[in-house]
Amino acid sequence: MELFFQLTLAGLAIGSIYACVALAVVMIYQATDHFNFAQGEMAMFSTFIAFTFLTFGAPVWLAAVGAIAISFVAGLIIERVVIKPVENAPILNQIIVFIGMLMILNNMAGWIWEFTIKPFPSLFPSDWGVQSELIGPHHMGVIGLTLIVLFAIFLFFRFTRVGLAMRAAAANPDSARLVGVSVSWMLALGWGLAAGVGAIGGILVAPIVYLDPNMMSGVLLYAFAGALLGGVSSPFGAVMGGMIVGVLENWIGHPALSELLGFKMNELKLTFALMVIVIVLLFKPAGLFGRVVVKRV
Amino acid sequence: MAFLEVKGLKAFYRQVEALHGIDFEIEEGSIMTVLGANGAGKTTTLRAICRMVRTEGSIVFDGKDLTGMPTEKVVQLGIAHVPEGRGTFVRQSVEENLQLGAYTRNDKKEIEADIERVYEYFPRLRERQKQQAGTLSGGEQQMLAIGRALMLRPRLMLLDEPSFGLAPLIVKEIYEIMKRIREQEGTTMLLVEQNANIALNLADHAYLLETGDVVMSGESHVIRDDENVRKSYLGY
Amino acid sequence: MTRPNRITPLLLIGFLVAIGIGILLPQFYPDFVTYQLTLAMAWGIAMLGLNVLTGYNGQFSVGHSAFFAIGAYSAAIFIEHFGWSPYAAIAGAALCSFIFGFLFGLPALRLEGLYLALATFGLAVATPQLLKFGAFEHWTGGVQGIFVPKPAPLVEGLTPDQSLYYVALGITIVLMVITWCILHSRSGRAMMAIRDNPIAARTMGINMPLVKTTTFGISAMYAGIGGCLYTYASEFVSPDAFNFFIGVYILVGSVIGGIVSIPGAIVGGLFIVFMPHVAEGVSNTYPWVPPPWAVFGVFLILVIYFVPFGVWGAVERGLAWTKRRMAG
Repeated sequence: MELFFQLTLAGLAIGSIYACVALAVVMIYQATDHFNFAQGEMAMFSTFIAFTFLTFGAPVWLAAVGAIAISFVAGLIIERVVIKPVENAPILNQIIVFIGMLMILNNMAGWIWEFTIKPFPSLFPSDWGVQSELIGPHHMGVIGLTLIVLFAIFLFFRFTRVGLAMRAAAANPDSARLVGVSVSWMLALGWGLAAGVGAIGGILVAPIVYLDPNMMSGVLLYAFAGALLGGVSSPFGAVMGGMIVGVLENWIGHPALSELLGFKMNELKLTFALMVIVIVLLFKPAGLFGRVVVKRV
Repeated sequence: MAFLEVKGLKAFYRQVEALHGIDFEIEEGSIMTVLGANGAGKTTTLRAICRMVRTEGSIVFDGKDLTGMPTEKVVQLGIAHVPEGRGTFVRQSVEENLQLGAYTRNDKKEIEADIERVYEYFPRLRERQKQQAGTLSGGEQQMLAIGRALMLRPRLMLLDEPSFGLAPLIVKEIYEIMKRIREQEGTTMLLVEQNANIALNLADHAYLLETGDVVMSGESHVIRDDENVRKSYLGY
Repeated sequence: MTRPNRITPLLLIGFLVAIGIGILLPQFYPDFVTYQLTLAMAWGIAMLGLNVLTGYNGQFSVGHSAFFAIGAYSAAIFIEHFGWSPYAAIAGAALCSFIFGFLFGLPALRLEGLYLALATFGLAVATPQLLKFGAFEHWTGGVQGIFVPKPAPLVEGLTPDQSLYYVALGITIVLMVITWCILHSRSGRAMMAIRDNPIAARTMGINMPLVKTTTFGISAMYAGIGGCLYTYASEFVSPDAFNFFIGVYILVGSVIGGIVSIPGAIVGGLFIVFMPHVAEGVSNTYPWVPPPWAVFGVFLILVIYFVPFGVWGAVERGLAWTKRRMAG
């Protein structure tokens, strides 16, 4: 039973990270109707930027904040420069642009920082918080920080003028323009925020999976699964979905289950994420918390 | 120079020319209506002023040329557009919709007061202030659209068929409120309507559009008394 | 150019000349180049499959590496565990990947555009892990993979590489012709009608589910045959050789060659095999030049901005333009 709680708490921590990336995915989806296949690589690159700050001797928190700020600006620029030209292009062209970005970021990271695995420190010191058998300090910190970040984002969208304008621009761009909102800047801002949130995800996951250019491909898949499970039309849903996927993923890794089935289930975790994606898309495309979007034909 | 002066305005959807070089002007404080059948170019005229279609020709508002500006710049000059289909932000609350209308303004206190004022014009909106705007009825959404435009404290209001798809009683209610707005705020309005009768009642001047050309213009009562207009647009 | 060309004398002559060059090439180049050309055809066949699926039927896949892997692994398993001849194994691999693609096409029916891309992305990311999966280890060789000897030469006097090259060439030609025939048949028109206007296609009485799943199957079969030839040329299969980036490479080659074309696939195959060497040479000489695949990423984005119809699309446009000029 204790193992079960351990797995659940660790799942919540991993799930928090998926939630960050899933939220980034959903923010971009809401703003520009794209699935950003390069979201994972963007987060990875951000984490490497933090890593570089560390090698210059910056304290870990400062490195993280610096990397997140740079990611924000970079996200903004990417939207303006790379994404804008295909805003109204066919879906295939948009997918290709994301794949191109993924290739660029992945290979540039390998080129600059090499493809070897590197350790990355936790933001949370090991004597941090409540010492518990059930959950380590990093995992505890991850859950706490994610909740704070997500709550801050919620407040921003709910109660600020710019947050309202961003929601308006995403939901009804023509109308938003007619009240004086600069829609294209709002979309860019959405990209910037998504890049920042994704960076947080990367920085939080790096101490667990180690830092390397391919570290995010699995995380992105779980984040997609979480985003779809919660509902791509709902940021809240994406967060919940990410958490649920994290917990389920860890339960699946429970030795008792593997014993019961006669093979190691944790070897199929990515397949599990794939199944979640396909099953949700087939049977509940709106996700658990999303709205059904009726498309006019 | 007139408040809004449009000269040789052509508008295009891709290669298709939808307006073939029209001229018109509006004096400050007056209400002008553009009448015409479906596809005459009424909506396009408004969209041209707000820079939502590609155009040629000149559009000068209060001495400033609008043709090089993006939509949001035009709005900042005080031109509020009540769009075709009402443009409701369906997932936002009624109050948030109104706040969005004042997006370009920074005077928080005044905005609060203006929201109150909109509620006074449209008491129904006050009842629904926390409600998601998408759940409002068509008439209420039209009121909300007008209210949102008022939140800009517009110097020129562009209204695209406020009567569209609404029951006659609601249309009457809305037009009565517009009349009050006109009396109390003195807002200049450019009103596009298919319902010629009700528009001519409100407006001082009228232009008649037919497939992209102005075919007639003049004071409302003159237009109303014209034989052809009566037959084709007023139906008696 | 959204429709495949009709046969013109020029096209036919061009095709025959290309085949002729293809037959002669190994006589002038060493085995290593022949081997590379075989790889290019293996990639090209997979890209042809993607062109049929995406370019002509409008279904997206960023995960064709999965079908590439199915073909490769099933051929390896037929040879290793069942003692099949490598040539019979190609047929077996084709059938396996067709079935797998057809089955994946069933859920794909309900996924539109972006969502299908997402599902195939998931498939590609999950594939290596599935290939490593302990319960299948007996068949797949787990992390180690399977060693597949290069097929013995079919004709005396040819090296194994040359022999495999001619096999690949023959398969490539046959598949290109078959593709051309399919696209010019009733089913081909149905495929394109679905791409251009799904709703109208349905009202015209096209059996959309059948056409789409079959197309998925055919596309996967091509990818599988490509994967199989790739395996014969490189002599082994292993899970990490079929990671997500293989799917990306197939997509990149398709787009650069021209995704709405048949010959574009060969251009794409050649690109994927030879360009990295060229680019690597450049970045070795000039250390400040980023690595090949980062440069190709930039190149890919520029292609999609400015020449979204790819190399072959550009060739076709050039020819059409010259023709118009000559006509008047």
